[in-house]
Amino acid sequence: MIPAAFEYHRPASVQEALDLLQQWPEAKLLAGGHSLLPMMKLRVLTPPHLIDLAKLRELRGIRREGDRIVIGALSTHWEIESSELIRRAVPLLAETAARVGDVQVRNAGTLGGSLVHADPAADPPAAILALEAEMVVHGPKGVRTIRAAEFFKGMLTSAVAPDEILVEIRVPVPPEATGTAYLKFPHPASGFAVAGVAAWVRRQGGRLAEARVAVTGVGPTAYRAAGVETSLRDGAVDDAAIEDAASHAAEGVEVNEDLFANADYRSHLARVLTRRALRAARDRAGES
Amino acid sequence: MKIPISVTVNGASYRSEVEPRLLLVYYLREALGLTGTHIGCDTTSCGACTVIMNGLAVKSCTVLAAQADGAEILTVEGLAHDGALHPIQQGFWEEHGLQCGFCTPGMMLAALQVLDRYPDPTDEQIRHGLDGNLCRCTGYQHIVNSVRWAARKLREEGMPAIPAAGERAGSGR
Repeated sequence: MIPAAFEYHRPASVQEALDLLQQWPEAKLLAGGHSLLPMMKLRVLTPPHLIDLAKLRELRGIRREGDRIVIGALSTHWEIESSELIRRAVPLLAETAARVGDVQVRNAGTLGGSLVHADPAADPPAAILALEAEMVVHGPKGVRTIRAAEFFKGMLTSAVAPDEILVEIRVPVPPEATGTAYLKFPHPASGFAVAGVAAWVRRQGGRLAEARVAVTGVGPTAYRAAGVETSLRDGAVDDAAIEDAASHAAEGVEVNEDLFANADYRSHLARVLTRRALRAARDRAGES
Repeated sequence: MKIPISVTVNGASYRSEVEPRLLLVYYLREALGLTGTHIGCDTTSCGACTVIMNGLAVKSCTVLAAQADGAEILTVEGLAHDGALHPIQQGFWEEHGLQCGFCTPGMMLAALQVLDRYPDPTDEQIRHGLDGNLCRCTGYQHIVNSVRWAARKLREEGMPAIPAAGERAGSGR
């Protein structure tokens, strides 16, 4: 399979890339290419111009800034999975990155590319939602920041406009006594999440002070499971309370159906994985 | 419009003009004649086209030749040195890690990524590391054994899993 012909551009700065986007509004941005190139090979996409971001140093690197980890959008899943800084400060992100695709895909695919592509069955959106990360986007009118809750707009649609570039992802470091977990039921062939759940739990004084649950693979976009979180507000941390809360995991969601999993089965997986992820996160949260 | 690229493949330098849409696997096979890198599924699933690019295993059906500009690439043709098989090749020989052989080049290069990261890998690390490579013959057990054999050999010889470019002198064109 061979993509349709296109012109190839390799800008040296974010500004140059933004200028190219102005000049060629139908251009697509190339990061790791592991979502874009397969779609181009299938000719689902036939962009006349490709802007390769590989030389943009502003999109590289992983660093700590105060109580945040700042991740360049071109960081690969492997770089995130293997980063000591991330493993220590935001283990949920490393745990999630390690579940993406396979070794070769993680070596090339990028966090920024995955988020902007907004595949409804991708793993990173769940972690990004549970961690309440922020995406820093550069465009013709300057720089803006998009909260995770406002980032995923629909099937394969993110809040990044066609003339904008995602430059970095800012992830708050969870406070003390927070436990996190990402659990997933992968499609046996593709490895994508049939359902995946990221849980973020903070304990205080023997109670559950805050719980966040984000679900991917189940709806048209990854989402925060509001019903689950509301159900946990009374602070109970026992298995029964978690089981009860998890029953709301697919509530109010237009659940995806495909040949592999109908809506009932997917909803069931969401509930089971929510229960297991919450228990794992709870057990990992050291008491304060 | 064609674009110029320069790459180092198995220690030899090449300069080429390529169409932007040319995929790396076609560049290796058709422009350079290195047909040891196979095309299997052509959809980033099977791993038959795996090569090592700048020290990282990638599926060359999902990389543009243009993206490889400036890169150092290792293919199966770069493994043996002066007629002596690389330990991963010896491992597949000794432990019967192949039957039809179609997946083998990609499988060996993915295995080198495992051994590069985990010189003394557990079976789980080997299996997890080969998750992106499909074999329809062996049932994988002999492949795992082959990788374990290679791990032991590399440690005994004190060799890096992924050989450095200088050790793989070839003829450029």
